[in-house]
Amino acid sequence: MPRLLTGNRLETGDVLWWSGSGWSLHLKDAVDVDADGEALLAQLVPQERISDLALIDADVTPSGWRPRSTRERVRAVGPSVRPDLALPSLPVEAI
Amino acid sequence: MYRYDEYDQAIVDARVAEFRDQVARRLNNEISEDAFKPLRLMNGLYLQLHAYMLRVAIPYGTLDSRQMRMLAYIARRYDRGYGHFTTRQNIQYNWIKLAEAPDLLAELATVEMHAFQTSGNCIRNISSDQFAAAAADEIADPRPYAELLRQWSTLHPEFSFLPRKFKIAVTGSNIDRAAIQLHDIGLQLVRGETGEIGLKVLVGGGMGRTPMLAPVIREYLPVADFLSYMQAVLRVYNRHGRRDNIYKARIKILVNDLGAEEFARQVEEEWALVKPLGLDPPASELARIAAHFQPPALAADAPVDIDLSDPAFAKWVAVNTHPHKVPGHAIVTISLKAPGEIPGDASAAQMDLIADLAERYAQDEIRVTHAQNLVLPHVRRADLFALWQALAGAGLATANLDHASDIIACPGLDYCTLANARSIPIAQKLAVMLAPQESDLGELKIKVSGCINGCGHHHAGHIGILGVDRRGDENYQLLLGGSGAEDASLAKILGAGFDENGIVAAVATVVDVYKTLRTGPEERFLDTYRRVGPAPFKEAVYG
Repeated sequence: MPRLLTGNRLETGDVLWWSGSGWSLHLKDAVDVDADGEALLAQLVPQERISDLALIDADVTPSGWRPRSTRERVRAVGPSVRPDLALPSLPVEAI
Repeated sequence: MYRYDEYDQAIVDARVAEFRDQVARRLNNEISEDAFKPLRLMNGLYLQLHAYMLRVAIPYGTLDSRQMRMLAYIARRYDRGYGHFTTRQNIQYNWIKLAEAPDLLAELATVEMHAFQTSGNCIRNISSDQFAAAAADEIADPRPYAELLRQWSTLHPEFSFLPRKFKIAVTGSNIDRAAIQLHDIGLQLVRGETGEIGLKVLVGGGMGRTPMLAPVIREYLPVADFLSYMQAVLRVYNRHGRRDNIYKARIKILVNDLGAEEFARQVEEEWALVKPLGLDPPASELARIAAHFQPPALAADAPVDIDLSDPAFAKWVAVNTHPHKVPGHAIVTISLKAPGEIPGDASAAQMDLIADLAERYAQDEIRVTHAQNLVLPHVRRADLFALWQALAGAGLATANLDHASDIIACPGLDYCTLANARSIPIAQKLAVMLAPQESDLGELKIKVSGCINGCGHHHAGHIGILGVDRRGDENYQLLLGGSGAEDASLAKILGAGFDENGIVAAVATVVDVYKTLRTGPEERFLDTYRRVGPAPFKEAVYG
């Protein structure tokens, strides 16, 4: 199953997704870190710049990544009750 | 209301400077996240799902217009234009940037507010009756005692690292609007045999994973001695409360394990040692604090009769106002629960308006309720119509206090990193569904939590809903029969859980059963449930 690397930016708390070469605000930019996940964590955790780093399970769908858990889908979209604050990369209905 | 003295202000200013330094060191990577996290939590700053959340303390839920305007300004300047009033009479901001938090706190300090002790295993914000100093049923204003507790517990070195968080509520009335039986310590002002004021002390209540109602451990405590007695209660807890298991660390577990009688005996034993040490303030200090809470000079000859010919206004007056102790006046509750809106949320514009209206019509006082509404405590009845019109223009005149659409809901999985399921969408759907019939239903308190921690007070709901995680999906348990009032009881789970649509349908079924079983319109849902028990509801919901 694909695994995505996510965390929150230290300065702002923004939800971030690992894009292969850096961090993106948008789930659509995420890459499957596959077997490299643990190594990436081992590299990034000591840098202390991204909080709550975690590897999460996701499915591939025709419209892009779909995190397995509701929690991660909410993180990806924003609060489902404030669609005006949701990120543009994913519709609230995706939760 | 209370105004900071030089010591209060110095404490808050010093804390802001200290946190500014801590944030700078964290941003420079001079301290690790592991070291920094407890420091930011001590200043009310959580990292939630989408951003940092700041919880600002509102002592005993009392604000003036100057402070409310600052809360509105902070919503605009540092957040995304709104705030969320909580079940501990606080306000939370959901989109705070760490780098800006020190500036925010410095601005907050200019209106005598702060965010410390809104997290961590310390004595949290003291909560109280939102109708204090206004309720006709009140023995005395509880806020001077709450303020004394606030000062005593602020940065108290002995009680900054308790086994677990600690919540105290104080009320001055037999009508319990502060849920004192569901607090770690509940205090109720009572009159002694000779008429002097004292405190009834309840210890060991709470919601969360192991809900319990607090037993009374002392029927009467002279107010002059109450701080030393609080010290004794906290010392017994600090000494014997469990630190090996976070789920058994609250004082309710200790009181339950020891038994209320033995716990009370240990407190009395400790108190005998503590009391002679002179911890209790002199009467002059209590008098100094009490002087800040002098009731406003209200004209006792203000007109009582008002024009109620507008049916919408008449309904609002009937539902959202309460009798004031001074004739010709009323206590107004501003509902933050318009059906379909987010319970407890207020925009910056709404906060500014409420500040203006408090200044103009309510002696410059505003209260936050644990049910996530706001109160203007001192309003002339003759001003109610103008006030109602102004509120209506801002979507703040919903007449639903304590009715089915006046739902408590925690932030849930839309914001909270602890949550298992979303609370707000459930509350929104229920409110929209039930609002058309809520006048007929009468008092019906629905409370929704997104996890077992129970910030949405589901155990105290006439109808409670608890969101849980079922293999990665949101699932909702239905509970019936709770109350956080003077007739407190703990709601019980009715049966298996539901998905989002299923829980809404289940509540609809429960309400339908109530309508067929009640003896008449005067019998509340809770009374019907207590009379008939869960069986007919269970039969209807599960077949």
